[in-house]
Amino acid sequence: MINENVEDNTSTKINDFVVKFANTNGTGSASANNMFAKAIMRMGIPVSAKNIFPSNIQGAPTWYEVRINENEFLGRRGGKTEIIVAMNAQSFIEDIEDVVSGGYLLFDSSKQIPADLLRDDINYLGIPISSMCLKEFQNPRQRQLFKNVIYVGALAALLDIEFGVLKTLVGDQFKGKEKLITPNVYALELGFQYASNHFSCPLNFKVQRRDLIGNRIMVDGNTGSGLGAVYGGATVVGWYPITPSTSVVEKFASYCQRLRIDPATGKKNFAIVQAEDELAAIGMAIGAGWNGARSFTATSGPGISLMAEFLGLAYFAEIPVVLINIQRAGPSTGMPTRTQQSDVLACAYASHGDTKHVLLFPESPAECFEHSALAFDLSDRLQTPVIIMSDLDLGMNDHLSAPFIWNDKQKYDLGKVLSIRELDNTESFGRYRDVDGDGICYRTFAGTHPNKGAFFTRGTSRNEDAIYSEKSADYVDNMRRLERKFATAATLIPKAEISSGLQNTQIGLIYYGSTAQAIGETKHILHKQGIPVDLMRIKGFPFGSEIKKFIEQHEQIFVIEQNRDAQMRTLLSTELNIDPNCLTSVVCFDGLSITAKQISNDIIQVIEQQIPNQEVV
Amino acid sequence: MSFAKSKFRHKSLPVNDLGLTYRDYEGAISTLCAGCGHDSISSAIIHACAELSIEPHKIAKMSGIGCSSKAPNYFLNNSHGFNTVHGRMPSVTTGANLANKDLTYLAMSGDGDSASIGLGQFAHVVRRQLNMVYMVANNGVYGLTKGQLAATSDRGVKNKTGDTSLFNDIDLCTMALQLGASFVARCFSGDKAQLVPIIKAAIAHQGFAFIDIISPCVTFNNHPGSTRSYDYVQEHVTTGAVTDFVPIKEEITAQIPEGEFEDICLHDGSVIRIHKLDKGYDTSNRLKAMTDVEEHKQRGEILTGLLYLNPTASTFHELNNTADTPMNQVKQDLLCPGERVLGSINDSFR
Ligand SMILES: Cc1ncc(C[n+]2csc(CCOP(=O)(O)OP(=O)(O)O)c2C)c(N)n1
Ligand code: SF4
Repeated sequence: MINENVEDNTSTKINDFVVKFANTNGTGSASANNMFAKAIMRMGIPVSAKNIFPSNIQGAPTWYEVRINENEFLGRRGGKTEIIVAMNAQSFIEDIEDVVSGGYLLFDSSKQIPADLLRDDINYLGIPISSMCLKEFQNPRQRQLFKNVIYVGALAALLDIEFGVLKTLVGDQFKGKEKLITPNVYALELGFQYASNHFSCPLNFKVQRRDLIGNRIMVDGNTGSGLGAVYGGATVVGWYPITPSTSVVEKFASYCQRLRIDPATGKKNFAIVQAEDELAAIGMAIGAGWNGARSFTATSGPGISLMAEFLGLAYFAEIPVVLINIQRAGPSTGMPTRTQQSDVLACAYASHGDTKHVLLFPESPAECFEHSALAFDLSDRLQTPVIIMSDLDLGMNDHLSAPFIWNDKQKYDLGKVLSIRELDNTESFGRYRDVDGDGICYRTFAGTHPNKGAFFTRGTSRNEDAIYSEKSADYVDNMRRLERKFATAATLIPKAEISSGLQNTQIGLIYYGSTAQAIGETKHILHKQGIPVDLMRIKGFPFGSEIKKFIEQHEQIFVIEQNRDAQMRTLLSTELNIDPNCLTSVVCFDGLSITAKQISNDIIQVIEQQIPNQEVV
Repeated sequence: MSFAKSKFRHKSLPVNDLGLTYRDYEGAISTLCAGCGHDSISSAIIHACAELSIEPHKIAKMSGIGCSSKAPNYFLNNSHGFNTVHGRMPSVTTGANLANKDLTYLAMSGDGDSASIGLGQFAHVVRRQLNMVYMVANNGVYGLTKGQLAATSDRGVKNKTGDTSLFNDIDLCTMALQLGASFVARCFSGDKAQLVPIIKAAIAHQGFAFIDIISPCVTFNNHPGSTRSYDYVQEHVTTGAVTDFVPIKEEITAQIPEGEFEDICLHDGSVIRIHKLDKGYDTSNRLKAMTDVEEHKQRGEILTGLLYLNPTASTFHELNNTADTPMNQVKQDLLCPGERVLGSINDSFR
């Protein structure tokens, strides 16, 4: 039903629009929606998918937002949507509102929709999906599930998605469960036929095959984090379930189950304990790190708060441990299924006293993998916790990403650990003696040597020989050495990624983590407005010297982040001794991932306000 | 503060199977109050380990925070130790054990450390059936923070400053029994003859061994009216059986004692010989052990001795099916699946 009243103010759009699926939680829509996004990717077209879900298991509305954009603008676009598949009665009014004028609403027309709900400036694509399922399928579960597959089939006709691509996807998805392939393809065909017969297909929003994907993959960040830990050699995990970090450990466990079982004995080369709480989870990881196994835990906001005391112990007693933080919207329970980057300060300075931690900020699933594996080397080398700062958007949504990369020549860096032979040749061992001047001392493991190298690990002050000491000089020396170690850390963590110098601009944009998705588009918008910018993506903390340099080289710096209080800006100005007035912040903290539109608007506004000021001066 | 001891060794000191003397199992000089029960526990641990001829470097000493948790510094200088945070020793020990199951884990905690701030971790480490010896030095007060009442204090007793314990006490032995510990004992720090063999048996036992050791705090809880003072405990302690520990290699040559006795063979072939003083004594009955503890308490007595033993219980690593090589020794080629596998994993996301 193409609405005659609709004025066609939306010219044909190829490979540049958003499709949003409004579903009810727990109805099995995820795999159908995912199939839709993947089909676009397999047609060689850049695509991103965001799942907006409630903190609820069944019955509440969820949205799945797919952005198709051949210019690689794959961050959340924001604004109204070209096509909404409205399968949820609860959110129906909201969904109608959300369609762009001239856009489309695909809905289940099995039941009559009250006319007063309908807008007259959009197009309605009614398909009697429930009735079709009722007629075609016997099994009640199938009747429910295939509703989702039918609308995907219809979209294929409407958007010109190659049907063959969908068929192959179904085949791949149900490899080993061949019985399921035929009914799924049948459901796709039902939708496809209905749309072809009733609407003029394709619509003016449609896809067209390209060759823009290369060797990229589509995957969520938590899979990258979990798999990275397998490759990084993690063997011990203590954890406590919390959204959105749970799937990190679940993925680690499932890959271990596949890849870490000793073929001869059937025994596990890993040990995972679901702990009683986050205190115990990180306690376990620290105990294992103390004993020389690579270990990690994963958590989110509330868990970070609970882990603080233990993080201080690991910092002060100098024990390697990896903590993967999938940030969500705080404070407190906040919005547990919404994204944010609001644990930056809490993690950088977690625990009482003068404590500082090494942080890594991955931007993509590939980098989640890379940082996860790298974190084990870094924490062993530095003998300190390393916290990976992912977030819900990066962790739980599928992203088009470079593939995961590992080089077989890479050898684990286990850091300064003395073997029995080295201990034999050591005159005197002092656990906290800075032999090399880099602040990193040599450690020993229990069980190594019968009478050399044993020491007492503690969170209390001690001298170089690990003997308890309340002498101020011993304490101060130790704290200064930890400071030196942190300076060494700044040379070991990944350098910031800088793209500048090309356009001779005075404006620099600083960003980190999942905000990266919105940056290409931001730069494009600003450029069109005659505002060229240089970019710097921070990858870790402590900050390397390149970061201060970039800031000093630009007259105006914008720090873009996803929290209310501009936490990275605070960290930069505190740690690099920079006047906070030199750093203008652009923040988004509504729980949805930041958009290029917002970033560029905010920046333009600031710049426009400055112009009259300058004239006055 | 800790002080190093003189390394001087007297020639005539007896040596064990490893050629080591008791001195080789000692720690730094204790800084606890003179007469503190915790020092007797340290001494019993030194004797037990020396007599068992355990290589000190194969032991890991774990503790939380408190006077009791400081004690590991005062025994086994050649062992690594980890003085963690208040109440969280169980999780750290779990992780350490996950990383290296081949060490002997000797853990020291206090009643504040285990029955209050760490009650959750205590409960869960018992459930996990971790292979470790978990000792609580139970003095009914918080020693290190100067005498506040602990949750193990009997209802109605007063501490030194006159505060009354208003609530029911937590009995960690009963909890350990209920949660599935496979070795549960209660001892008195002042009774070395009982404590040393029980510590030895706990070390030899494969599985979670819990020993609640009544350990008077001379400074804050040794006054009349306390139920954890030396005098009170000495007057009220009772035991169902005397326990002897016979290491694996020693033949049982001791005279068959009069009266009833029972030999329980442990995993490693060593034997616990129990001389029953009480006819109804039965270490294999978990429920009875709980009732016994409670009945004695109602009579105003403190039941000590080995309360329960299941010599064949599974341990965490058996349940987890962990590989034989300790996790901290598995080499990179077994841990890292490599480039080729990653290629096919990447393919699964295209
Ligand atoms: C998180 C935290 N809270 C409080 C303390 C202070 N504190 C140190 S020891 C202790 C109680 C120790 O009592 P107990 O475990 O019974 O050992 P005892 O000293 O009696 O041997 C407390 C409350 C602490 N160290 N950490
Ligand atoms: S205060 Fe009590 S528990 Fe602490 S050392 Fe002194 S006697 Fe022992």
